[in-house]
Amino acid sequence: MTETSDDKGSDSLVRIRGLRYARGDRMIFDGVDLDIPRGKVTAIMGPSGTGKTTLLRLIGGQLCPHEGSIRVDGQEVPELGRGELYRLRQRMGMLFQSGALLTDLSVFENVAFPLREHTRLPESMVRGLVLMKLQAVGLRGARHLMPSELSGGMARRVALARAIALDPMMIMYDEPFTGQDPISKGALVQLIRLLNDALGLTSIIVSHDVQETAAISDYMYVISGGKVIGAGTPQQLEGTDSDWVKQFMQGLPDGPVPFHYPAPEYVDDLLQRDTGSAR
Amino acid sequence: MLEWIRELGRGGFRYFEKLGRSTLFLIKTLAGIPAVLARPGLLVAQLLSVGVLSLLIITVSGLFVGMVLALQGYNTLVDFGAEESLGVVVSLSIVRELGPVVTALLFAGRAGSALTAEIGLMKATEQLSGMEMMAVDPIHRVIAPRFLAGFLSMPLLAAVFSAVGIYGGFFVGVGLLGVDDGAYWSQMQAKVDLYDDVLNGVIKSVVFGFVATWIAVFEGYDTVPTSEGVSRATTRTVVHSALAVLGLDFVLTALMFGE
Repeated sequence: MTETSDDKGSDSLVRIRGLRYARGDRMIFDGVDLDIPRGKVTAIMGPSGTGKTTLLRLIGGQLCPHEGSIRVDGQEVPELGRGELYRLRQRMGMLFQSGALLTDLSVFENVAFPLREHTRLPESMVRGLVLMKLQAVGLRGARHLMPSELSGGMARRVALARAIALDPMMIMYDEPFTGQDPISKGALVQLIRLLNDALGLTSIIVSHDVQETAAISDYMYVISGGKVIGAGTPQQLEGTDSDWVKQFMQGLPDGPVPFHYPAPEYVDDLLQRDTGSAR
Repeated sequence: MLEWIRELGRGGFRYFEKLGRSTLFLIKTLAGIPAVLARPGLLVAQLLSVGVLSLLIITVSGLFVGMVLALQGYNTLVDFGAEESLGVVVSLSIVRELGPVVTALLFAGRAGSALTAEIGLMKATEQLSGMEMMAVDPIHRVIAPRFLAGFLSMPLLAAVFSAVGIYGGFFVGVGLLGVDDGAYWSQMQAKVDLYDDVLNGVIKSVVFGFVATWIAVFEGYDTVPTSEGVSRATTRTVVHSALAVLGLDFVLTALMFGE
């Protein structure tokens, strides 16, 4: 039983309940509930190391939760067999932080890769589709280049073209803005919103770039310490009462997340009164 | 002392865990072979990089090994007036032992390390993960063609090594040292048996091809996805392949020629 009629057609494409996941002794998620609405851009934010990428891997079925439920379009992902999981993944696109382009294939062949693997389309149609996808990200002219000849921003746009090659129902973006210059960042921000609306996608953005993400998100979740500590529209989060969310959204150096790593008293430490930690 | 015993136990667990992982990995890889045969293009590309591009080092090494064997063999045989048997000495040494073993060692150094580094870097740059998310099984698409190419290439490379080695011995023995041309070839024809010598050599190279390529692709796939991890995995490939080839060579030789 992996499919129910109630959430197949419901407003949430992804529904996570009571998610628990640990890596070794460290608890990454400790009872997380999330809903990703259909047709919207949803952001999942949080400081580095909170397991945002892990969450995407859990949704994509690359990792298995220790407890809880992850439903994507009505299907319980951790319970899917390999065949069903692979069929579901054909309807999901994922944009990795590095782009994850295949380095031995040209830009054109990278975008054609999912088409060649999953369809038996004639070459002329593959060419047409690839050119359309590359046109959408503005890189039709770069189709003969190899991944090593691309800048970071271009590589991510090619990866985006590849992610939409099979016309998926949703795309997951893993830190799309990290390490991008302002122009590439602007192009990506615009593309994510544009593609979401034009293709009727559902987008999940995992990021810690507050400004860029808030500009295009319909809904945001803030995760820290394995729990969801804030949720709402960008406007609602801006006006939040929570000190923690406020610190994160405004990028304040000190607050509930302290500037200083836990240490003995400064004066004691300088005068070496505490022999244990002064060495 | 207690900590030492604990560490020993942990090491044992890690070893058997890895053995189990590599066996499961092998089963999955073998299950992917039919998919590779259905798309020969993938196999041909790997045969080129794993097999054809190893030809130069194999040919040159084979030539020199044959030449050295002829020199060494001649010096010993001539004392007994048996230099006519040089062809037999060279061909038996090469066909039974040096062909399969030296080819496997060179293969591990040239193609095996390249396979590990390539697959390890694909893992480190999330290319394998990306394939999984595109619903393409990396074991079928990346690993299986490379494994099959290595497995098929090794016996062919060993055959090339042996043939070139025998000619190397011929150039030195007949060309430089004055062994009779007819005696070199006819003694070889009379003494080298197709089944006992040639076939057993081929069986060795098939086994070495299987093991060396398995180690190379597994180490690449199992690598810790960092630059240090890839470097360690590449080293492990060469060391483990060399040890496995030499150990298996002893076992196979004992089974084939041991009675």
